[in-house]
Order: sequence, then structure tokens, then C-alpha cells
Amino acid sequence: MAGHAEDADIIIAKNVNKWYGEFHALKNVSLTVKRREVVVIIGPSGSGKSTFIRTINRLEEHQSGDIVVDGIPLTRDVRNIEAIRMETGMVFQQFNLFPHLTVMQNITLAPIHVRKMKKQEAEARAMQLLERVGIPEQAQKYPGQLSGGQQQRVAIARALAMQPKIMLFDEPTSALDPEMIREVLEVMEELAESGMTMVVVTHEMGFAKGVADRIVFMDSGEIVEIGTPDHFFTNPQHDRTKLFLQQILK
Amino acid sequence: MATDIRSTSWVNTNHPAPAQKPPASEVGVLGWLRTNLFSGIGNSFLTIVTLIALYFIVTNLVQWLLGAYWEPIWVNRKLFAVGQYPLEQLWQPALVLLMVSLLFGLSAGRWGSIMRNLGVGLGALLLALALIPIGLQAQVVMAASLALLLIGYLIGARIAISGRWLAVAWVLSLPATFVILLGGINLPRLGVTWNFAPLVESNLWGGLMLTMLLAVVGIALSFPIGVLLALGRRSNLPVVKLFCVGYIELIRGVPLITLLFMGMTMLPLFLPSNWGNPSQLVRAMTAITLFSAAYLAENVRGGLQAIPKGQYEAADALGLGGFDKLRFIILPQALTKVIPAIVGQFIGLFKDTSLASLVGLLELVAVGKAVIQQPAWLGVTGGVAKEVYVFVAFVFFIFSFGMSFASRKLESKLGFGKR
Repeated sequence: MAGHAEDADIIIAKNVNKWYGEFHALKNVSLTVKRREVVVIIGPSGSGKSTFIRTINRLEEHQSGDIVVDGIPLTRDVRNIEAIRMETGMVFQQFNLFPHLTVMQNITLAPIHVRKMKKQEAEARAMQLLERVGIPEQAQKYPGQLSGGQQQRVAIARALAMQPKIMLFDEPTSALDPEMIREVLEVMEELAESGMTMVVVTHEMGFAKGVADRIVFMDSGEIVEIGTPDHFFTNPQHDRTKLFLQQILK
Repeated sequence: MATDIRSTSWVNTNHPAPAQKPPASEVGVLGWLRTNLFSGIGNSFLTIVTLIALYFIVTNLVQWLLGAYWEPIWVNRKLFAVGQYPLEQLWQPALVLLMVSLLFGLSAGRWGSIMRNLGVGLGALLLALALIPIGLQAQVVMAASLALLLIGYLIGARIAISGRWLAVAWVLSLPATFVILLGGINLPRLGVTWNFAPLVESNLWGGLMLTMLLAVVGIALSFPIGVLLALGRRSNLPVVKLFCVGYIELIRGVPLITLLFMGMTMLPLFLPSNWGNPSQLVRAMTAITLFSAAYLAENVRGGLQAIPKGQYEAADALGLGGFDKLRFIILPQALTKVIPAIVGQFIGLFKDTSLASLVGLLELVAVGKAVIQQPAWLGVTGGVAKEVYVFVAFVFFIFSFGMSFASRKLESKLGFGKR
């Protein structure tokens, strides 16, 4: 069940389908992500991009198709789901920090209780992570006392504290005031440079252009086009992709 | 200098203007009276009518209080405190009081906040009872309890005692209380009989002691059951969900008094036949606990529903398993949100214990009724019911108010620094 370091593909999704009642939300979505690769998923709202990355760590259950994360098949087996969740960190649009815990407690809770790390060690590592995201002085505050950008950076530190092999970002800057988007993107850029495998759903085209190895365009629950940023912004193939890029790059 | 609003550009050359005092009619006593009591003809009229009504109520009440006949309460103070518990064995309830005082002291020192407030309340009560000449022995017990409370506080504040062990001590204090009051353990069906003093059966327990026991057991047991029911009601397993919904709706659909009567007549039907005949106290406690748990479950459910889905998802994404997720993320937030409702319910439960008087338990209200009937007061004009009920109400008020006050402190503490 353990991961196979030699496999190049760390995430393999094959013909993934999902329905909400009658609504077909994901239609035969297939995608592989290599180790150390940064994949950015773009597309209009309701295109299924968030739903898709949420199936990777089973926040949403898919009804057919196969997902394998670091060699672990994603099945109904709770042990597999837990193993995959320990390997994947997730950052949400609404941060989802725990408001009743301090920043330090937010970051150390899972390492202590899931990874069974010693408290001192977890706190030392948390301080390192807070320094990495640039807010070590906020460790003893509660999330409600921080700005949106600071909260999202804490959320990134919290996910990194579990030492994941993959980071999933679900529209990490969409709920932020414009002047705070930059500070979060900088942390993400640094993370990408450090070699983290990342799957990012975002509307930040600057980030997609500068950081992504590949861009995936989704529409109506399907993948429409996959390509390098260069290909994407200079030579998109599908009419739907062209229309979407025209609208957002106006 | 007035602004010329018709010109397109204008500069305030007088800036900054000096601050002026507000008009005399808006500040001070006069201003307060004006805004709060006499802000119009209607309000002035209401104020005057209320003042007149207050005058009559207060003067009459004070007159009655001064002339009231408090002898029945003073003479029966032991009955009000512990009921018919044997005089020569009163050291056993005293021991319980000492134990609880020490635990309160340690907790107040260790945890502060709500425990310190409750400890201060308990201390004031003990001090008053130690000073009032209720009887030398009783006063010594009260003074000793007060001393233990203070010693416990100092120990708890100075020495880092384990919070976990203190919590365990609290949990164990409940069965310990029963063993101490009973004078041993008496479970003949299980072949266990052991006693350190002549056994005092629970039908001799009474007064405020019994009221407290009913309330504390009801609160302590209904809380975990209520939380489990609330979680069960949101379960994905249909059988669990159905059971919890059925239980909650069934219990909430009947008055407590019917449950108490059912406990008296029907409880043995639900128990294995070799469990024998539970005492009336156990029956009443069962009814009160099951009743309270159903209401508590609904309060907790309200708190659970207020937790955003994102909190569950964040916990899931971090790999926190079901139990850890509940323990660290969901329940702390859900319970904090419903503290006022839960405390309100516990205050209600505390007062509802008086219904146990109707099924033969000699708690505070039942003692009051018995005192009113005593032949010694037959000669008193108008009877002594007024004095007795006012006293009983006063005792209920002190403890209810204490709980309400402590909960407000807890809310403001938990609310601090969070969103």
C-alpha cells in the first residue's frame, strides 16, 4: 500500500465520473500529475474543477473511474482514504481555519494527533513553517484576529505541517481582498520552486503563466484542453478555450 | 461659520473649531432622567404608574418580611438541609461537603474562570453558614469546608496538578458521594455488601442535599447522553438515526411528571428481573436524566448545525479521524455556541427536581410541605406557608442565579479573541 517513489505519476485519475443526483458534474475526467509538477486547473464557475480536485482526497466521492494517489488506490476503504489524506494537504477558498484554536494549535493539532509527533517537535516545526510563510509573530493569535491573507498563509502552513507529498489548492485567493492576493501567491510560488507537487484551481492567470508546468482547462464537467502555459496563452486550440481566455484576458 | 451650500467650492477658514459643551438638558442626572424615563408624555405616564406600583409592592413586602414568622424555618433547618438523615451520622454528608469543597478549591486554582466564580460563590455561602449560629458542629463543618476550599485553591494555583486527574477525581466524586451517604455499598444481588457505618437507605435522604443530588446526577449523566443522542441524530446509519429521533421526540412529547410516575411504576419492566427493585431515588434520577438528555440533545444539535461544512472538510483533509474530529474541532465549537441554552436547561432541571416531591421524595419542596403541616404551627394565624415557600424559593434562586452568573462569565471568557 505504501507509495512507490520510482513511479513518475503521483496522481492518476482515469475516467472519473461524478453525479449530484441527476446532474453529471464530472464526465470521464482523466489526468495524471507527475512528481514535482505544478498543474493549474482553470475554467468557468460550475465547470467541475473544484469538484475534481476534491475527489482526489475524497472530500467528494466519485461514482465511477479510478483514482490512484502515490500508488494508493482511492476506494471506499477508510484506511486507504486516510493514507491518501496524510499524503495530500489541502488549502481552501474560505481558509477553514479552526476559529477556537490559536494559529499554533491549528498547525500542530494534526501532526500531534495523526502523525503522533511530540508536542515540542510539532511546535518547533510549526514555527519554522510560520517563518517560511512570513508570519512567525502571529503564532499565539486566534484566526479571527488575522487578515484574510495571513489566515490563508496559516492554512498553507497547517497543510504543510503534515509533510504532504502533494498540495491541493481550491481557489486559494478567490476570497481575498486584492491587496492580499500577492502575499499568498508568493508563498505558493516559493512552494512550487521547492519542488512540491501542486494541483491548483485558480483564476489567477499571472500565477498560471509564471508557475504552472501544465494548464488544464475544464468546462461543463469535462477536460477540454491540456497544455503548457506557452501553448495555452499563445496558441489555444479549442474554440471554448479561446472564448474563455478572451473573456478573462480582456 | 455656516457653509455656503450653493457655492461650488468653499473652504472652512475657521477650522479647527473649538469643542463646545452639550446642552445641560442632555447630560447629568437630569439628562439621564429625560432620555430614559420622561422622553415623552406616554413614557412619563408609564414611569409614574410604575413608580407608584413599585412603592406599594416594596413597602408591603418589606412590612411582611419584617413581621413574618421565620421560626418554622429556623427550627427545621436540619430537615431543610438533609431531610431525615440520622442525626448521629451527619458526619457523612459533612464528609461529602468537605470533599466537594476541596475539589472546587483545587479546580478553581487549576482552571480559574468559571470554576473560580463558582468557588467564590460556594465560599460566600460557606462563610455565611459558618457565621450564622446554626449549631456549633455544623458551623465547624462549614468553616472546615471553607478552609479546604481555600487550601485547595492555593494548592491548585501554586502546584501544577494534572487537569486530567482532577477531572477523574470529579467523575469519581459522584459514586463516592453515594457510597459515603449510604454508609457503604449494598448490592445484595451482586453479592456485594460492605459498610463502614450503619446503612442509611436513600429514602431517609432529603432536603437541599437531595435536591442537589438529583440536579447534579441529572446534569452529569444527561450531558454525555444528550451529546451522543445529538450526534446519533445526525448519523448516516439509519438505525442509529431512527432510534435517536424516536427517543428525542418521544421524551419531548411527554411531561416530566409522567416520566417520574412511569419510573415509579414501570421501570422494573425494562430491567432484567434479577436486578431487583431500584429505590425511588434511582427511579426519579433515571426519569430526570432521560428527560433532560432529550432536551439537551436538541440544544447540542443546534450547535452542531451552526458549524460550517468547511470545518469538517478541513479536519478530513488533515486526516483527523472521526473521533479526533469531534473531540478537537466539532464539539468544542458546537458546545460553546450553545452554552446559554445548556445552562438555561440545567437551571430548569435544577428547579424541575421539585417535581420529585410528587413521587414521594423528600426534597426541598417536600420538606417545606411537611413543615407547613407540623402541629407546632397550627396556632399561627394565617399558617406558615408563606414564610416556608418564600424561603424555599429563595434557596432555589440563590443556586439558579449562581449558575446563570457563572455561565455569563464563561461565555465572555470563551468569546474573547475569537470570531
